[in-house]
Amino acid sequence: MAEISFSNLSKNYGSIEVLRNINLYIKDGEFIVLVGPSGCGKSTLLRLIAGLETITGGEISIGSQIVNDLEPRDRDLSMIFQSYALYPHMDVARNMGFSLEIRKENKDKRQSLVAKAAKTLGLEDYLDRLPKALSGGQRQRVAMGRAIVRKPRAFLFDEPLSNLDAALRIGMRFEIAKLHQKLGATMIYVTHDQVEAMTLADRIVVMNAGEIEQVGTPIDLYEQPQTLFVAKFIGSPSMNIVPASQSDDGIELPGGKTVKPGGWSKNLNPVQLGFRPEHLSLVEIGKADCTGKAIVTEHLGSDTFVYVDVKGWDPVIVRQRGNSNIQSGTELGISFDTSRLYMFAKDGKTIRGTDT
Amino acid sequence: MTTLSITHSKRIVASLARTLALACYVVFALFPIYWLGKIALTPSKELFKNGTAWWPDSTTFEHFTTVVLHTDFLVFFQNSMIVSVSTAFFVTLFASAAGYAFSRFQFRGKNIAIFVMLLTQMFPLLMLIAPIYRIVSGLGLHNSLTSLIIVYTAFNIPFATFLMQSFFDGIPRDLEDAAMIDGCTRFQALRRIVFPLTLPGMAATLGFVFTAAWSELLFALMLIDSNEKMTFPSGLLNFVSKFGVDWGQMMAAGILALIPSCLFFIFIQRYLVQGLTSGAVKG
Ligand SMILES: Nc1ncnc2c1ncn2[C@@H]1O[C@H](COP(=O)(O)OP(=O)(O)OP(=O)(O)O)[C@@H](O)[C@H]1O
Ligand SMILES: [Mg+2]
Repeated sequence: MAEISFSNLSKNYGSIEVLRNINLYIKDGEFIVLVGPSGCGKSTLLRLIAGLETITGGEISIGSQIVNDLEPRDRDLSMIFQSYALYPHMDVARNMGFSLEIRKENKDKRQSLVAKAAKTLGLEDYLDRLPKALSGGQRQRVAMGRAIVRKPRAFLFDEPLSNLDAALRIGMRFEIAKLHQKLGATMIYVTHDQVEAMTLADRIVVMNAGEIEQVGTPIDLYEQPQTLFVAKFIGSPSMNIVPASQSDDGIELPGGKTVKPGGWSKNLNPVQLGFRPEHLSLVEIGKADCTGKAIVTEHLGSDTFVYVDVKGWDPVIVRQRGNSNIQSGTELGISFDTSRLYMFAKDGKTIRGTDT
Repeated sequence: MTTLSITHSKRIVASLARTLALACYVVFALFPIYWLGKIALTPSKELFKNGTAWWPDSTTFEHFTTVVLHTDFLVFFQNSMIVSVSTAFFVTLFASAAGYAFSRFQFRGKNIAIFVMLLTQMFPLLMLIAPIYRIVSGLGLHNSLTSLIIVYTAFNIPFATFLMQSFFDGIPRDLEDAAMIDGCTRFQALRRIVFPLTLPGMAATLGFVFTAAWSELLFALMLIDSNEKMTFPSGLLNFVSKFGVDWGQMMAAGILALIPSCLFFIFIQRYLVQGLTSGAVKG
């Protein structure tokens, strides 16, 4: 078990700068989720922690030890790869016990540890199969098993569930959450899945183009995104972003009305306005802040997403509880929750109102 | 219904055509070997009587016994064995090491090394014969099996290296990374994970180089003078004398010379079967 910290970490491949200026302190036992668009350097960061790549600048420490020059095997971490990376010529039991075999544990101990991990993951019946005779979900569990047979200082996960079907993914997500509770180990987890990030994380790290954009608890990021990038990235469906121009009374809306976001004052000069689908309500045309035509409705059963074409804006998504019955083409009135409006400045930073 | 039966019959025609094409190819490829066998079994005095009949009136094994008992065949055979096995061994060893380096590491001069290796493959052998002859005699290796082993090894390494590199490229890097996180050094990861998975590639390389060395004639002729150092292909020419060619014996010797290659491939073919790496990734 250990805390992990980065200071001024950077990584270049030749002249390509992949990571820069990474500073982060991860507490012992914390579950950290890394999110960010494809190519932003999430896998690279994990590989640097694991010691599979050498760092270009800065420091990584695990526990209180600086590990910059330590070989992967001396860092005592477990990693679960995006590709699972099972050894194809070894059966499941040997795959799981390989790290113990290499570390010269005696055979009885090895067998009992493997049996224990297999029991946790429901793999008892597959121990003598080769990986090629397993389904995707079973392979994924073997990869997990390989990581939990020993007690590493931290676990690294690189999109471990991305190739599983939805039901399996939810099941495994639950397993991982239980595992974290049971082991209390530090875990760093890369994912593209909003729900995985929001539900598993103690804190989420949002990365963008090789830099950390914002770090915070899931609710922090959802409620107080510091930048436009984070605002758009966290939440599903993502926040509606529309261009904003201000007048004396607030921000002008299509149709002539204005709206004053919470903390509004005259010289904030936002260029964009953001509002989440769940913070909009559909009201009578007369009472609406602005109006538009319904284009498409998506019924999810529990919720309905209504795409509304408001003049001058990209389609706005409105989330309705339950199964609302709106025909496309209907004229709708939209009303804003002014305490949940976000203003963004030209440089992409969130504008904090005067009283928030 | 009609469209269904049309696609069905189309499929039958396509599969027939495929079978036919394959059959033609097999016949074409195996015909020389059949002819070899036929002549080896034909008694010498009947050889020119029957013209190009498919099968001789009478058959005999006398050519085989003569070749084995009364010629230098066994000496040639032994020499060829020594040369081919050693060449295959050394080439596979070097090519595996070089192929691994090319596949896994970025290093200064890598592109130049690859280019030079390609370059060596571009010269016609005839151009190189004279310089090689000079070098070999300069080293005092003329008329020795060692000279053949060295020359064959040198000429086979480039291609074998590319071959091995492509096999290493086919093994996901994640496997080595996983092994290193599990506690292996890079070398242990190589030995315990990569090596077992590259066996098919090594078998293919061994087989390829063995066959190439087994049938090489040009250098064998140039670098070897005496009968007791001759390899099989140049030895075969002994059956051509001033007074004529002993076709029957030559063909019998040829048949016997095919045996090691065949045995070799039967031996390695279980490693050649692909699919050893399946299951490594989610697929
Ligand atoms: N060996 C390499 N040489 C050069 N550039 C590389 C190398 N490996 C990765 N990169 C670059 O580094 C950047 C970050 O890659 P990385 O794999 O960390 O992205 P990622 O955030 O994990 O993306 P994804 O979500 O698609 O997995 C990419 O732009 C990639 O092209
Ligand atoms: Mg990645």
